[in-house]
Amino acid sequence: MIRFEDVSVVYDGADAPALRGVDLTVPEGELVLLAGPSGVGKSTLLNAVCGLVPHFTGGTLAGRVTVAGRDTRSHKPRELADVVGTVGQDPSAHFVTDTVEDELAYGMESLGLAPAVMRRRVEETLDLLGLAELRDRPLATLSGGQRQRVAIGSVLTPHPRALVLDEPTSALDPAAAEEVLAVLQRLVHDLGTTVLMAEHRLERVVQYADQVALLPAPGAPVLLGPPAEVMAVSPVFPPVVGLSRLPGWDPRTAPGDTAAAAGRARRLPPLTVRDARRQAGPLRARLAGAPAPVVPPRPLPIPAPVPVPVPVPRTAVAAAGPGGGLLARLRRRPGAVPPSPAAADRPLLAVERLAVRRGRVEALRGVDLAVGPGETVALMGRNGAGKSTLLGALVGMVEPAAGAVRVHGLAPHRTAPKEMVRHAGLVPQEPRDLLYADTVGAECRAADADAGAAPGSCRELVSALLPDVADATHPRDLSEGQRLALALALVLTARPPLLLLDEPTRGLDYAAKARLVDVLRRLAAEGHGIVLATHDVELAAELAHRVVILADGEVVADGPTAEVVVSSPSFAPQVAKVLAPQPWLTVAQVEAAL
Amino acid sequence: MSLRAPEARRSNALHAGAWWLWALGLAVAASRTTNPLLLALLVAVSAYVVAARRTDAPWARAYGAFLKLGLAVLLLRLVFSVLLGSPIPGDHLLLTLPEAPLPDWVRGIRIGGRVTAEQVVFALYDGARLAALLICVGAANALANPARLLKSLPGALYEAGVAVVVAMTFAPTLVADVARLRTARRLRGRAAGGVASVLQVGLPVLEGALERSVAVAASMDARGFGRTAPVAAALRRATAVLTLGGLFGVCVGAYGLLAGDGAGYGVPCAAAGTAAALAGLRLGGRRSVRTRYRPDRWGARAWLVAGSGVLVAALVIALDGPALHPGVVPLAAPELPLWPALAVLPGLLPAFVAPVPKEARP
Repeated sequence: MIRFEDVSVVYDGADAPALRGVDLTVPEGELVLLAGPSGVGKSTLLNAVCGLVPHFTGGTLAGRVTVAGRDTRSHKPRELADVVGTVGQDPSAHFVTDTVEDELAYGMESLGLAPAVMRRRVEETLDLLGLAELRDRPLATLSGGQRQRVAIGSVLTPHPRALVLDEPTSALDPAAAEEVLAVLQRLVHDLGTTVLMAEHRLERVVQYADQVALLPAPGAPVLLGPPAEVMAVSPVFPPVVGLSRLPGWDPRTAPGDTAAAAGRARRLPPLTVRDARRQAGPLRARLAGAPAPVVPPRPLPIPAPVPVPVPVPRTAVAAAGPGGGLLARLRRRPGAVPPSPAAADRPLLAVERLAVRRGRVEALRGVDLAVGPGETVALMGRNGAGKSTLLGALVGMVEPAAGAVRVHGLAPHRTAPKEMVRHAGLVPQEPRDLLYADTVGAECRAADADAGAAPGSCRELVSALLPDVADATHPRDLSEGQRLALALALVLTARPPLLLLDEPTRGLDYAAKARLVDVLRRLAAEGHGIVLATHDVELAAELAHRVVILADGEVVADGPTAEVVVSSPSFAPQVAKVLAPQPWLTVAQVEAAL
Repeated sequence: MSLRAPEARRSNALHAGAWWLWALGLAVAASRTTNPLLLALLVAVSAYVVAARRTDAPWARAYGAFLKLGLAVLLLRLVFSVLLGSPIPGDHLLLTLPEAPLPDWVRGIRIGGRVTAEQVVFALYDGARLAALLICVGAANALANPARLLKSLPGALYEAGVAVVVAMTFAPTLVADVARLRTARRLRGRAAGGVASVLQVGLPVLEGALERSVAVAASMDARGFGRTAPVAAALRRATAVLTLGGLFGVCVGAYGLLAGDGAGYGVPCAAAGTAAALAGLRLGGRRSVRTRYRPDRWGARAWLVAGSGVLVAALVIALDGPALHPGVVPLAAPELPLWPALAVLPGLLPAFVAPVPKEARP
């Protein structure tokens, strides 16, 4: 259906090709998952299918890409619109019209289908995707999951034979992601649609794939094969595969072992929680005697918020040269904010009966929350539950309608921004919102001035978090993970003891996520209170001491991570599901116990 | 009861053009009078209809914005009149502003000086007319979905229409972006208010807007926008000749009509030009393969809505008289003339015949 023959893509002005020598065949009616770390050219490959690369983006494409027999070299994207439907990373950027029904019809109108056909297909698609209730709604009022479904629906109505999706579930909460994946499953099984999709969150999608196409590194050849075989060698893998790579996962004694699999040197990893549970008997038995996991470490018993020492990952310290005493030097700096003695007996953050209204909507109602120094709290809940609003209220971007927020005893919305950044720092969902300057260096100087920090302190943080980024780099040229790190450095320049992050892992691959986890652990160990709003259950399991679940603007659960997530089907991480009822949450915990 | 207006759905949605005709009818009526009572009545009629028939959609908030715009225009008119003086004679002196001395060559322009009650009242009437006109147009914006109007354009103009609609949806997102980035400034420890904050977020906002428009263009391309049917070269040439020739004819005709002495050739030239241009548009539409999904149908209710607006305009024009233009010298309280006031009331008809939007969600 989709065939790449020795395809290379070079963008204008780029040093290295974005894709090199790709040979890939996606057979008709299969769901193929494109996996690989960030920056290997997944999006380029996807956009080459619908002809946007190179017709729209520019650059040079060598080799041949054919879709349903049509060569993208001779067919422009609009001439491929009837055989391939493409949905990019951001569904709102995809919308042309303003209501759901018009959006579903748009593609068909362009193709010139008869009105009666259009009407029938719109009705069918509304039912197929469960959108019938929303048919007259303006697109701007939809939630993330609904938007993603409308975007998929809008490319389905012309009945394309292939569907290309770039990170369809990244921005969605677990339940909305399931919804979208169920729809894809249905398309592949019932309608025989070919689906090619890229996704970083393999734990959500790998079990649905018929085949996985792995781009292991930039310029490396594509590896196409059954999911289990590819996952056995892949550099990116979901936690369930990570579990099976542990030495304690003994394949020989697992039940259901077929002769063929046993004969191989290495057993194929399980891909689903169900498979893993079947094979996990021996591991569970070995873990039964182990002490209960205490990772992530309990909050340090620090009585007062200490002045914030600057986080420096180990690698960066090594990179800083033999002097290496970056941390020490920063600690000695006289400009450091001294802890106010009055704050000593207060928690870092106290929220009492907080209510926030947006127009007539009560975005938050009666929210209580307390965060102490060294504590990491994960804020979870479906899209639109009020997580971002709560974070906004904690830094004073949102004014409370009732109740109180106290950060170090200050009411954020009444505190001057210049003062507030020293107490609480927020990295917003879109880190780009924090970046105004056109070079990293200028951004750092501005941050020093804003925070009243000594010149160069922000740059030192940036060097620690992003060792190989030059001063002259434009923030737009950074990758998603690098941009997040830059925003984090800018926020940390003011040394806020309370750090808030809104959806920090969107668009990050496993390696970038691991680096982020490392940095945040250090910050927590140094006495920062951290609040994360996230849909990523694996991240919450790795980092959080406590999980708070919001629904409809109210707190519906607040407790230690293990207790809250293990009991919830949608918020439990894979490891917890595999090893239940034992209280393990992450691969690292299990590894430490073995 | 079958006479009651039905609940609005896609299938019985009122044609966007009907709303525009109704609103333009009210606007024409407003432009024909300076009587503040009559103008207030016109605005009240439009407000009542908007209140009764507006939806929850984002564009429905336009009415409030136009109301504010109207008031701003009124104020501006007053301020200019006070500052720059006015040729209206009057003897009710309100105050005397210090007059700025100006050189001889700008004689006829005055800054400061006497401010009389007559001149202020005149400016008030004049400003009110402009404000009422704007508010009537705002009513059309609030009641009719701009994208639906597009569906009624001839095929050949479709692409230009898309550009307009994309631009129209662009402005609100731009405003939202500015607001978001300004609040984000707090996170960097800078004040969120003030002019400086708008300037500083300007570049990132424009960058974001540019990126978004490129993304929308890519999406439109990938979804088949601009697919064309193969047409014969002869037809293509005929289209170009008809359209260009027609426009030329319209220009010549308009010149003839305006020049006064050319009335003989003006009318036929303009008519022929219009006909040729329309034929060109029609032929041009053949290149486009687009079809339309559920375009709004022009039904009995659309006739009633559009007709009510046209009726108001016609009646007010027909009833023209001194009561519609209350004098300011000598100063006198304006009176509400009975017949023109009654003539405005048919404008309320849409509030009873147009389909009722669904209950807004809580």
